[in-house]
Order: sequence, then C-alpha cells, then structure tokens
Amino acid sequence: MKNTYKITGIDCANCAAEMENAIRKVEGVQCASISFIAERITLEYDEQNKDEIIKKIKKVIKKEEPDAMLEEF
Amino acid sequence: MKKRRNKIIIAFILFIIALVGKFPNEWVNNTIFILSYLIVGTEIIKKAIRNILRGKIFDENFLMTVATIGAFAIKEFPEAVAVMLFYQVGELFQSYAVDKSRKSITSLMDIRPDYANLLKNNETEKVSPEAVQIGDIIIIKPGEKVPLDGIVQEGESMLDTSALTGESVPRRVTVGDEILSGCINQNGLLKIQVTKEFGESTVSKILELVENASSKKSKSENFITKFAKYYTPIVVIIALALAIFPPLLFEGQMFSDWLYRALSFLVVSCPCALVISIPLSFFGGLGGASKIGVLIKGSNYLEALANTEIVVFDKTGTLTKGVFEVQKVEAVDMPYEELIRIAAYAESYSNHPISTSIKKAHDKEIENNIVTEIKEIPGQGIQAKVEGNEVLVGNEKLMQDRKINYKKCEEVGTIIYVAINNKYAGYILISDEIKEDAKKAIEELKKNNTKQIVILTGDRKNVGEEVAKKLNIDKVYTELLPEGKVEKLEELLKEKTQKGKLIFVGDGINDAPVLAISDIGIAMGALGSDAAIEAADIVIMTDEPSKIANAIKLSKKTMRIVKENIIFAIGIKIAVLILSALGLSTMWQAVFADVGVSIIAIINSLRVLKIKNR
Repeated sequence: MKNTYKITGIDCANCAAEMENAIRKVEGVQCASISFIAERITLEYDEQNKDEIIKKIKKVIKKEEPDAMLEEF
Repeated sequence: MKKRRNKIIIAFILFIIALVGKFPNEWVNNTIFILSYLIVGTEIIKKAIRNILRGKIFDENFLMTVATIGAFAIKEFPEAVAVMLFYQVGELFQSYAVDKSRKSITSLMDIRPDYANLLKNNETEKVSPEAVQIGDIIIIKPGEKVPLDGIVQEGESMLDTSALTGESVPRRVTVGDEILSGCINQNGLLKIQVTKEFGESTVSKILELVENASSKKSKSENFITKFAKYYTPIVVIIALALAIFPPLLFEGQMFSDWLYRALSFLVVSCPCALVISIPLSFFGGLGGASKIGVLIKGSNYLEALANTEIVVFDKTGTLTKGVFEVQKVEAVDMPYEELIRIAAYAESYSNHPISTSIKKAHDKEIENNIVTEIKEIPGQGIQAKVEGNEVLVGNEKLMQDRKINYKKCEEVGTIIYVAINNKYAGYILISDEIKEDAKKAIEELKKNNTKQIVILTGDRKNVGEEVAKKLNIDKVYTELLPEGKVEKLEELLKEKTQKGKLIFVGDGINDAPVLAISDIGIAMGALGSDAAIEAADIVIMTDEPSKIANAIKLSKKTMRIVKENIIFAIGIKIAVLILSALGLSTMWQAVFADVGVSIIAIINSLRVLKIKNR
C-alpha cells in the first residue's frame, strides 16, 4: 500500500536522503521517498502490519533527526 | 526561524563590539568573542556531538565545529566567531529561501477545496468535501472553489479553470453542463448535483499526481546526494593530512600555519550549496510546469524531456479536434442549405458520427413526420422518403449501385453523396479539423531540435497524409491497428540515440500500451479523463499540442540552471580549496566563498519559477 505523509523538521536535503535510506531498511517497507522541499514522504509498505511499521518508521525518524515529525494529512 | 535570527543579531553586535572596541585587557575582548560564539554556535556544536554519538561523523555541523574550535586553539578569535556567524547567516538565508519557494509553489497547487455547501431540506450546511455523496446537491457561491465534480442544475456563471488548465479565459457554464472540481466560480450562484465522490473527483486525482511528483527523483538529484556522501569524508581526510604532514616533513614549517590552512579548507568544503539548489531547481521546474497546465509526474521525466529526439503523435484528438464537421457542401440546382436539410432529414434516425455532424450543420428542429420509409443500406448509406421525394444519402458505392450519374469528388475526408429521385443532387464533405495551434506546435518542436516527428494513426491513408502534409510532418504511418502502433513505435525506439528520448503524445484513449512503452508518455486534453491521467507520465490539461514544446523548453531551462549550479558551486569550491591549501586565502574568504556560493546558487535556482504563461 502506498501512502503520502507530511514530514517536517528535517535540516537539509542531505539529511533527508540519509533518513530515506534508513527508512528503506525498516522491515515491511518496500519503498520510501522524501521530498525535502515539499516536506513530503511517500511510503510503500505491507498493509497488514501498518500500525507497527509506522511506529518503527517514527522511531527511525526520531533517531535520525530528533526534531523531525511525521504527520498524516 | 525568528529565534535563530535574534541569536544571530545579538551575536553579531557582540562580535562588532569585540572587533572594534579597544579594551585595555585582551581577555575582555576574548571573553566577548567567546560569548558571541556560544550564542550563535551552541546549537551547531550540540548537533555535531549528537551525530558523532550516532556514528555519523562527517556532516556540516562537524565541519563547522572543528574549524571554529581549531581557530580558537590557534588563538584566531575573530575568525572563529566569524565562521560560525556567517555559517548561521547562510543557513538562515537557505531556510528562508526554501520556505519562500515552498510557499510560492504550493500556492500554485492550492486547489484543494476546504468545504462544500451541502443542501439539505432547503438549508445549506458547510461540510467537508469528503462527506458529500453522489447525487447530493451542493451550492457554490461566487468566489468559491468547486469542491466536487458535478452537473449544473440551476444557475449560470463563469468558471475560472486556470488552476487546472493554465487557461486564463474563463469558461461559461449553464444548466446541464458538467463542471470539474478545482475550478473557481466567478460570478453566479450555482446549484450542482454531485457525480463523483471526493476521492474520485478531478481535484483529488490532480493533487495526488502533483503531490507524488517530487518523490520520483531525477538522476541529477541522486548524483548530488551520492556526491555529498563521499565528498565530506574525503575533504576531512585531506584537511587532516594538510595539518599534520607538511610540518612533520618539511623543516621550518609552523604547525599553526598549516592548521590554519586546514581549517579554512574545512570551512569552504561544506557541500550545502549543491545539496539544496539542485532539488530546488527541479521543484521549481515542476511548479512552473503546472502553472502552464502541464502536470509532470516526476523530476525524472522533467529531466528526460530535455533530451527529446523523436516525437510521435496520435492523430485523432491530438493534432486534430477529433470532432467530425461538415467542411464543404456542393449542391446541384439548389441552395446548399436545402441539400443539408434534406440530408439531415434522411439521416434523422441515425446516431452515426457522420449523421450527427450533418444534423449539427443543419442546426434546426427536425419534424420526423415528413420522413418516411427509412431504410438503412449496410456499408452504403440511407434511403428515405422526405416530403414525398425519394432520397439517397451515402457513399460512392451507393451511387454506383443505383446507377446514378454522380460527379466524383477528389477531396480528402469522408464524402457523402446525395441523390433526389435518382438524380444526383450534390455532395457533403465531412472531415476532422486540425487544431488551431497544431502547426505552431510542430514548428516549435522543430526549433527545439526534435529530430523526427511522426504520426501514427488508424485512419485512412489519404486522410493521414493530408494532415501530415498540412502540418509539415516528416513521417506518417496510416491504417494501423493498436498492435500495429506498438510495432511501429518499437521500430522508432531503435532509431534514436542512446541518450535521446522518444515521446508519444495521445489523447489517453485506447493508447495505454504505446504510452507505456515510450520513454515519456504524454496524454492530452486530460481534463476530466481519469484513465489518461493514470496512464501517462506527463499530463497536458488543455488540448493544445503547443504545450509540449513549452514543456520541453521549461525542461531545458531547468537542466541548464542545474548544470550552472553544479559547475559554479564545484568550480568555486575547488578554486578556494586550492587557494586555502596553498595558504593564499584566509578563513574570512573561505566563509564568504561557502555562504556566498550557497546564496547565489539558491537565487539562480529560483529563476526556474519565472516562466511566462505561453
């Protein structure tokens, strides 16, 4: 399932790229793409474990950049 | 951002006081410098430490922290503060610029309706567009956005469709017309019956497309992030070597001199200018394109457009209007209106496109009772009695079969002959019309170095060739079935160079396979057609083929700016890196090189947004 979220608080485009790579490594995530300028992240993940996967992704985001926030539209 | 700005201002004042104030005790000076440094730099140091703890050593924060602490160590107090101060000024400017362009671009895409006025028991209620169901009645007041697709039940108004199409001329709508969400109602009050749920509405489809566009990255963007990943560690290692080896290897070289050089080297090496300006240019390009009614599904397609070599057009509905119209009438011994009238009566019961166009040309109410004995002759035409006269309306074959002495017409298009009481009465020429801006579109494409322009059509040979000749198109393949189009396109794909791209332009109906195998599939006149929006890589909202050339121009402009920024930023950096390694540039100059390059690159990339509408 594919979904777009708002992501704020990333410092630079390079940080966004690093965060993207880290999120791709989360189990159950097939694809992650962050647009630093649009402040959006497009995620493709397994639908069954949606809540768990999102929780894991949020954790990764916090670790990468403590000020960053994932929000639903 | 405000907090950051205030910190910078306070630190800057302290910095100036320390710089110009001649305090008797040197330590008063230095304390003020350190105070200024801490105000502006604590945040950066914290971030650097945090990243090191996470195992991410080489980032901008680290570069700046090491450079400034190093400067303090060799007692270059003013330099240390200046580096941190100007770095922060650059960062502030950067986030200001990003914020600004983010706002100006998202305002372009600001078509999301916030509410709908739902009519219930003669009272309106403001509800979210998602809550409205098919069949509900909504009211749209002047100045409001159309929240959902629907059909006008009551009222008349002008609609501003510019957010969807880039078209500045408003469209008149009245009872019975279909209207699309995302338009703005300009003057009248409209009562609409909703035909689609919000999720399926035009506005949602377009928003989805636009919002996902920046997630498909171009090669240049990927190159830059990769570049930054290797670049920073390499620079740090070189700086380290610069500080350690020359003093060790050569006699008489001062360690502090070389440390100073190494530190300026670090300051100038920061890759932020590149990393921010490239995605900003692409983002601007996508925004600029949607401003002229061209929706591009990703930066990768924007990048590919610049290398267009072959443009393949579908004919009907793309270069031509796709609507059959009576082009010419020749009547024998009667006014041409009379011929049209008789033909329209004979065809009154048929729904064939040809009949429809004849009836449209007649444009009057048809009294069915004066037409009798209608007989359809398959593959030939129609026989009927109109006002007591025996009328034949049909093709050449019908005339030959009935042994009618007709005059053969050599014009291109569909020719309908008419005979009254077995006597030839004239012909009606019906054909598809070429779009007004098709010629301009082809000229512009040729001007922009397109090597080949091709038409693929299922239409008859003489019709296809006539259109190609009128538009000055080199190649035309006619009478193709859908499989034949795929085959021909595969052949054409082999003709281009490796870097070159092939574009297919269609109206999105029945050409999904060709759209898919071409490098870039463009769907035209897609307003209101979901299938086209889904199948294509680029969607042109209006039905003007000239927008293709505009999109290619925009793509070239974007790529030029991207290249300028890459060359400019890397060039200046390398030059200052060499100068500082040789000890010819001071840390001051290094700071200005870094911050200045960033600012210039950002301003340059904002140029993409300035595109003229057509």
